[in-house]
Amino acid sequence: MSRTLECGFIPLVDCAPLVVARELGFAAEEGLNLVLRREPTWSAIRDKLAHGLLDVAHMLAPVPLAMSLGLGGLPLRLDTLQVLSVNGTVIGVSRALATRMRNAGGMIDFLDAEKVGRALIASAEQPLRIGVPFPFSMHAELLYYWLGALGLIAPRDLVVRTVPPPQMSDAIASGEIDAFCVGEPWGSIAVERGSAELVLPGVAIWQFAPEKVLAVRHDWAEKEAENTARLMRALWRAAKWASEQSNRMTLSEILGRPEYLDMSSEIIERPLAGRLVASPEGRQVRAPGFVEFFRGAATFPWRSQAVWIATRIARRMGLDPRDAATAARASYRSDLYRANLGAAGADLPGASEKLEGALAERSPVASSSGKLFLGPDRFFDWRTFDPMLYDGA
Amino acid sequence: MVSELKIAVIERDRERAMLIVDGLKSAGDFKVSVLGDTVGLARRLSELNPDVVLIDLEHPDRDLLEELALASSPLERPVAVFVDRSDHSATQAAIEAGVSAYVVDGLRPDRIKPIVETAIARFHLYSRMRAELTATKAALAERKTIDRAKGILMKSRGITEDDAYAMLRKAAMDQGRRIVDVANAVVTAAEFLG
Repeated sequence: MSRTLECGFIPLVDCAPLVVARELGFAAEEGLNLVLRREPTWSAIRDKLAHGLLDVAHMLAPVPLAMSLGLGGLPLRLDTLQVLSVNGTVIGVSRALATRMRNAGGMIDFLDAEKVGRALIASAEQPLRIGVPFPFSMHAELLYYWLGALGLIAPRDLVVRTVPPPQMSDAIASGEIDAFCVGEPWGSIAVERGSAELVLPGVAIWQFAPEKVLAVRHDWAEKEAENTARLMRALWRAAKWASEQSNRMTLSEILGRPEYLDMSSEIIERPLAGRLVASPEGRQVRAPGFVEFFRGAATFPWRSQAVWIATRIARRMGLDPRDAATAARASYRSDLYRANLGAAGADLPGASEKLEGALAERSPVASSSGKLFLGPDRFFDWRTFDPMLYDGA
Repeated sequence: MVSELKIAVIERDRERAMLIVDGLKSAGDFKVSVLGDTVGLARRLSELNPDVVLIDLEHPDRDLLEELALASSPLERPVAVFVDRSDHSATQAAIEAGVSAYVVDGLRPDRIKPIVETAIARFHLYSRMRAELTATKAALAERKTIDRAKGILMKSRGITEDDAYAMLRKAAMDQGRRIVDVANAVVTAAEFLG
């Protein structure tokens, strides 16, 4: 008899591995009946997971880390089993702001974060108001990193506001915000509705940023060790399937079904192919690596990335970054990844932490098979992040 | 002296909002405000400066409240999601009922508990009312279909209402279907055959 797991998801393109695990039978092969529950908000999915109404969830990478710092409500520990998607966010601006940026010469290269950022700062009134889906999100982290490096100081020059993704288009049309950073398909939908233009993909700020993760309660992963292993194997195989170019059309069709994203598969296919329509007039732009489910060890929960996220949140919230780094390392279960996926065929990197932002090219690294390639993973400003700065040991 | 607690209820559905307000008024001396429309939510909450905010766990604007709860402004006081550390089942009951409560830090649990308990009871009451209403509507719709099918049979075969009903019931039993399904088939067929 198969074991039923209740899994919450938010209708976004990057819930793909969960949908594939169910619809293509990867979960069933592991003896799991993965029941997918569409949830209205990130806080709802977090609370239901924390209180056992869900067993497992699609989660913003920073949420389990923020919880381990005591931020965002509940005094409970959530663990990240693996990464579900890398990159996949996009920055859009109001039509009026896009026109001013164009006149300032800042919309030439969709992938040039520095040029676009400088034009944005020069063309917008300060404080610049940008909408993100949730206070603890990679959307917020990437914006603070990008615009902070270009000289904006929050909250004096930059106000990051929470706007539910389906309302992003209206919020920018009504002038409540000047810009947004959101996951697909919501950026493309704002373009379709004629209220925004896309100016930069998240991948241009950090080439390999963890975006959504597979989260469970810490005690659940301990108690249900065998089901945790089954779930991880199913999701790992599903991610591999989802990243195959030849499966892209099928994936778009499945994701577009009423029970998942409930929208045209044509819009869903744009981010999967890394080809977006940036303006209501139909300007096409390319963003290689716009969203990644599998390649370059995309599923591996790098503790160095957890430390990057957690220490940045800690600094902003006035908490001790060293304690944050310790909590972050414990929350990203690269130990379970190694134990559960090595035998399934995953190529395991030699270390669970690395210098972030060091790879300008796709590069070979030490791994169990000796054939693992990582990167590129540069930050737009060529800086690197060394997790050893926050070494708890 | 213990001051009167200010409660903000964020609820778009008027009927449910009234149920909650009534419940709270009878549970204690509270100053309750209802925010039905979430336009300008941050500003309006800042003006009200409530001690407790009650909102449906599934409300689409809850993530915005998470942000407001984090910042020292506009709520201007630290706020946390209601979690009763001494009584896990109380929090569990709230989550299961779909109630989330944001509470100003430092309020004694015994002052919050009756509020959350009232909200839970009223959320349950509302769900029951909704379930009853849905069931009643479905029953009415089924009765209408059966009446139409009976009418069609009475007219086309020249039989009485009781006989028409007996025919439907027998067909349903023979085919192992519900009477309303058979009635639906009769109505659809009659529409085609005109």
